[in-house]
Amino acid sequence: MEAINKFNGIVCPLNRVNVDTDQIIPKQFLKRIERQGFGQFLFHHWRFDDDGNKREDFIMNQMQYEQAEILVAGENFGCGSSREHAPWALLDYGFRVIIAPSFADIFYNNCVKNGILAIRLTEAEVSEIMEKAKEPGYRLFINLKDQDITDRKGFAADFDIDPYWKQMLLNGWDEIAVTLNLEDEISSYEKKAESIS
Amino acid sequence: MAPKTVIEKIWEQHVVHREEGKPDLLYIDLHLVHEVTSPQAFEGLRMNNRQVRRPDLTYATMDHNVPTVNRHIINDPVSKKQMTTLEQNCKEFGIELADINHPDQGIVHVIGPELGLTQPGKTIVCGDSHTSTHGAFGALSFGIGTSEVEHVLATQTLWQSRPKTLQVKVTGKLGFGVTAKDLILAVIAKYGVNAGTGYIIEYTGEAIRELSMEERMTVCNMSIEAGARAGLISPDEKTVEYLRGRRYAPQGEEFEKAAQHWLALATDEGAEYDLTLEIAGEEIEPQVTWGTNPSMGSGISASVPDPEQFERQADRESVARALDYMELAAGTQLEEIPVDYVFIGSCTNSRISDLRAAAEVAKGRKVQEGVTAIVVPGSQTVKQAAEAEGLDQIFIDAGFEWRESGCSMCLAMNDDIVPSGKRCASTSNRNFEGRQGNGSKTHLVSPPMAAAAAVTGKFTDVRKLAKVHQ
Repeated sequence: MEAINKFNGIVCPLNRVNVDTDQIIPKQFLKRIERQGFGQFLFHHWRFDDDGNKREDFIMNQMQYEQAEILVAGENFGCGSSREHAPWALLDYGFRVIIAPSFADIFYNNCVKNGILAIRLTEAEVSEIMEKAKEPGYRLFINLKDQDITDRKGFAADFDIDPYWKQMLLNGWDEIAVTLNLEDEISSYEKKAESIS
Repeated sequence: MAPKTVIEKIWEQHVVHREEGKPDLLYIDLHLVHEVTSPQAFEGLRMNNRQVRRPDLTYATMDHNVPTVNRHIINDPVSKKQMTTLEQNCKEFGIELADINHPDQGIVHVIGPELGLTQPGKTIVCGDSHTSTHGAFGALSFGIGTSEVEHVLATQTLWQSRPKTLQVKVTGKLGFGVTAKDLILAVIAKYGVNAGTGYIIEYTGEAIRELSMEERMTVCNMSIEAGARAGLISPDEKTVEYLRGRRYAPQGEEFEKAAQHWLALATDEGAEYDLTLEIAGEEIEPQVTWGTNPSMGSGISASVPDPEQFERQADRESVARALDYMELAAGTQLEEIPVDYVFIGSCTNSRISDLRAAAEVAKGRKVQEGVTAIVVPGSQTVKQAAEAEGLDQIFIDAGFEWRESGCSMCLAMNDDIVPSGKRCASTSNRNFEGRQGNGSKTHLVSPPMAAAAAVTGKFTDVRKLAKVHQ
């Protein structure tokens, strides 16, 4: 995965709570056997009507958010199915950072594994960003190393992240390679477990 | 030694590597694999020239895409590709596979327990959020994404941050006509879809202990709908008896030894949880959801709520959106809502006891004209058991369609789709927008409530339906 540290981008406010992974990527698009190419199906039924026309009233279809790379949403973002196709679709569409008051556990892990920075802020901070992001071209500046977010208009917030996940994202590590370095410990665990059972 | 929960006991037994400032590296005892979330993981192994570390701890089946009629005709070439890809991957990496023609084929969370692969004290993962089902046996089981699937294939381990523990205590007894499905829907309606986020749940209390193993699976299955990756029940004698004689369970003397070990995993008296939530069994009615997430539901005697009655602005907005999508007016009695489709199946409610309970209601009655009702057994084994008891004939006589096993209309990845605008009474686990088909409207219910909706054409309190046979 691609490392991430300093990042700035246009913010798209998706003012909905409990956005589930069935909405992020509907099941008819889960049949591909590749990791790429899911961006075109992101939020399919919210972006397009039954005839495939763009729904003009959906926020992501508005011109000012076409270049957005940071998605801001309500609480419990990514709930439901464990499908990793959801972060694949977000990334492929162009979102590298997602901000919400809370994320579903499996979705959050899936983001980390794909180099997407999912950031938990308070409800008040998220509301403030949602409001400010109505203005065209509104950008946020994220610094993962320092764990802070700012804009050009005085907004500043700190965020928490597990130190291990932070290192993974900063370095773009291949997690399997990291684990395989512990081969001896895995083997000795297996020997011990076998002798007990 | 300080008293421990079943969750802590299993966790501690599986730590391979622990280091300050890092999650624990946990050993995984059983990895279940299906066709939708695995192809990219196998591809990753190939690209990096890696092997499957323990094919003997890995078991695969096909469930999401499989047709439930005309088994051999897979119309969608992309579905077919996904299934043949799984076949090739299992062959290449030496993994046992119950393919579409195999007598053990079925929904991964139905066949794991059925075959005795699922056992107390195991860590079990699968690229599927309903892996929480296996928690019914006192196993630490949870859904993972495809990158984690690849990680488990390659290393048989996972990095996991230690979660907090949540006790969901169900006191007292469930009333007549109230099922395990109603119990878990009521918990989610009361505490919300993210009550369990960041936690592992242990279900406790008299009403939980009274449940059969299949009912416990229904409860644990929907832990993820309350936000928790995993939900467990401490092993007891019922757990042991369910597993006795199962193909992949220990046999003979080994079994007795294992049983002692399993029973010792139960939560110790006085163990503490980070949080406890309670609900009284007696206060639970048969449930129906009216909205677009599993917490948007009520007892059958209620009516559709008014968005304005919710305290938080975010809830008012999301309820209003949900009612708009569901085309329901606030104040409508749930018992007045008509249905077009009825689906009995899914990893939540497709086991033999679910089918018996639904057949009990369907027997001697007819599916209402204009209603399409299908029954999809969870596995080939369930299907055969049901046919041996004549349940298939009861359903067919009543006008239900009797199908082959698979995930089917729960997520409509095969041809079993609820058409746009149609309303479905479903025994599945998610009522998200479009889940059962673009524009479909899902109401989650128990198997008896689904059968009652089929024969009356609308949601009906199953307790009001007198027995027509005997």
